Amino acid sequence: MHDMLAQPAEALTASDADAIAGAVRLSVARPGDRGVIVDVRAESHPGDHGVGVDELQRRLLEFGFVEGARVEVLHEGAIWRDPIAVRLDEMRIGLRRRDAEDVWVLLDPK
Amino acid sequence: MSDAALPGARIALVGNPNSGKTALFNALTGSRQKVANYAGVTVERKEGQVATAAGRTLSVLDLPGTYSLRARSPDEVVTRDAVLGKLAGETAPDVLVCVADATNLRLVLRLILELKAVGRPMVLALNMYDIAQRQGLRIDLEGLSRDLGCPIVTTVATRKRGIDDLVAQVESQIAAGAINPDSTWREPDAGQIRDAHREAQRILKANVRAPERPDTFTGKVDTVLLHPVAGLAILFALLFVMFQAVFTWSKAAGDLMTDGFTGLGGFVAAHLPAGMLTSFLTDGVISGVGSVIVFLPQILVLFFFIILLEDFGYMARAAFLMDRIMGGAGLHGRAFIPLLSSFACAIPGIMSTRVIDNKRDRLTTIMVAPLMTCSARIPVYTLIISAFIPNRQVLGVLSLPGLVMFGLYAAGIISALGVSFITRRLFWRGAVEPFLMELPAYKLPDPVNVLRSLFLRGKIFITRAGTIIFPMMILVWFLSSFPGAPAGATDPAINYSLAGRIGHLLQPALAPIGFNWQMTIALIPGFAAREVAVAALGTVYAIGNADAAPGALATTLQHHWSIATGLAFLAWYVFAPQCASTIGVVKRETNSWLWPAVMLVYMTALAYIAALLVYQVARASGLG
Repeated sequence: MHDMLAQPAEALTASDADAIAGAVRLSVARPGDRGVIVDVRAESHPGDHGVGVDELQRRLLEFGFVEGARVEVLHEGAIWRDPIAVRLDEMRIGLRRRDAEDVWVLLDPK
Repeated sequence: MSDAALPGARIALVGNPNSGKTALFNALTGSRQKVANYAGVTVERKEGQVATAAGRTLSVLDLPGTYSLRARSPDEVVTRDAVLGKLAGETAPDVLVCVADATNLRLVLRLILELKAVGRPMVLALNMYDIAQRQGLRIDLEGLSRDLGCPIVTTVATRKRGIDDLVAQVESQIAAGAINPDSTWREPDAGQIRDAHREAQRILKANVRAPERPDTFTGKVDTVLLHPVAGLAILFALLFVMFQAVFTWSKAAGDLMTDGFTGLGGFVAAHLPAGMLTSFLTDGVISGVGSVIVFLPQILVLFFFIILLEDFGYMARAAFLMDRIMGGAGLHGRAFIPLLSSFACAIPGIMSTRVIDNKRDRLTTIMVAPLMTCSARIPVYTLIISAFIPNRQVLGVLSLPGLVMFGLYAAGIISALGVSFITRRLFWRGAVEPFLMELPAYKLPDPVNVLRSLFLRGKIFITRAGTIIFPMMILVWFLSSFPGAPAGATDPAINYSLAGRIGHLLQPALAPIGFNWQMTIALIPGFAAREVAVAALGTVYAIGNADAAPGALATTLQHHWSIATGLAFLAWYVFAPQCASTIGVVKRETNSWLWPAVMLVYMTALAYIAALLVYQVARASGLG
């Protein structure tokens, strides 16, 4: 999985997402959804984050959004259900949905 | 000092935000600390002193909190450069003290792995250890120390526990002299961050057992405070209480200070011969600096709430709740606190934009902060409203003056959001800084730390009043006083001064917005601070003591101004950059004259357009 991430961001397409069967973007999860992070990428909104996708990916990683971590959506904002508050292992983190797009989560069966 | 005294040494405190680093700094250094800026950057530098048992004096540097040595904000650049010993004008620390929240170790372990690569001796302070014990968290201190390769001390900074142990450990690290200045630290890429996490995870698993009684309090409170509807309602209720307190609690103290400065001015005037020096002291120094210092009580009350909520852990939630609302206007969630402070005074508001990582987000916030209705506008609004707005009931319950006041506040907020929106759309398109923020566990604020922070805020504001506001006041006084009135003059002296000449010169330009020459002149001393315009109007209309008897001035204004002019003056004051101190602070915070110039131009343009619209519409409606 990490070898794949060593490739340039353009090489990652929607079909790669399908490689992890059943994983969804954290950005579409709703309160109560929980699961395990299976991939943290550097591809959404290239050039649109003000910091570059690689930088966003590193920030996500530094905050602990890392493969294998458990994540649960706790709360969401009033407007467009944004931002979201998640429990990440023992921490609580608030983030915007657009910044959560590159975090892929394998949700627990309900 | 005796010959036996050991040479001094330097230590630096590093850690994640919310790790209790500042509380530990306070516990270590007590009142022996000083706050300044790092050379050339607007990052606060906090340093203090502590003596070791061996008789060595340690100077302690409290570095800004960070999750990584990969610097993203000016604050974090300072932390990285200080740790690496590359900060201009700073000596590298002899020992690093990494401060960790014992109940939240995962991220700090990764930071420690980065710090180890720097090669300096390090001591890990496991802070908030009492909370960890209460939760039944089991930490194998020996094992953790072995795995991390550095000594560990458990501390409870708020109760001053473990401080002596920490100092002793630092001392033994210095005595061992194992300084290896060859840093192998390089900015990690994504793969290396992942590897470090895996290593941190392994260390955590080997040495820390999950708490038996994990914190459920934070989760329960968040269910209410982060609720999309209830959470926002509570936030607005809190803000309401806060503003009530800002204006009621501080009133007595503010009035007392106003009286004090007036009395001091009167005393000086009575005991010194009339002349330029006396005028300089009373009109320039005392009333000028006094007009800004009187906001200190309001600022302190506001900061008391902000510090309390911050220490409780609520401010991150407020930013979370407001992010989307402010994000619609292109502002970052963290801009919430600076903009909130600006309701008391834009100066502390602009100073607190330092919490915003991204330069563009920070600049946008700085540029719109003065549009928030600061309390210096209130005397001006009150005067004009009492003179021109009839005290009538609207819809049976609302008073018209109150409604106008509310409208002026709303105009400030809406224009700030509008300016930020347009700035984002026209100039800084697309670049939306990520919003990623830890929501820390709730903690009871420690009274001593709250008071210490409050004292610090007050001190910083007064220092600014001394260094920025003072020269501005002298400039404004000079313009209003030179040259003096010729012998036998009948008009007020200000009429003959440079300010008077500028006023007469500008008058044709301000005629379309309904300003007469008296108003135009009053605008110039009004640059000292907005509420000074009230006294200045009193001066040009030759009403002594206009501050103390606003009724007389209001009556005079009714005779000399049309309603349209009064309304245009209100509209002008919503937008006009009538505050030299704000301009000075923007210069200092942005390290450039460009941004204060941009602010001056855009706010003046808005003020002119708004006053023009109001005046012309009012005249067309027969109020001219």
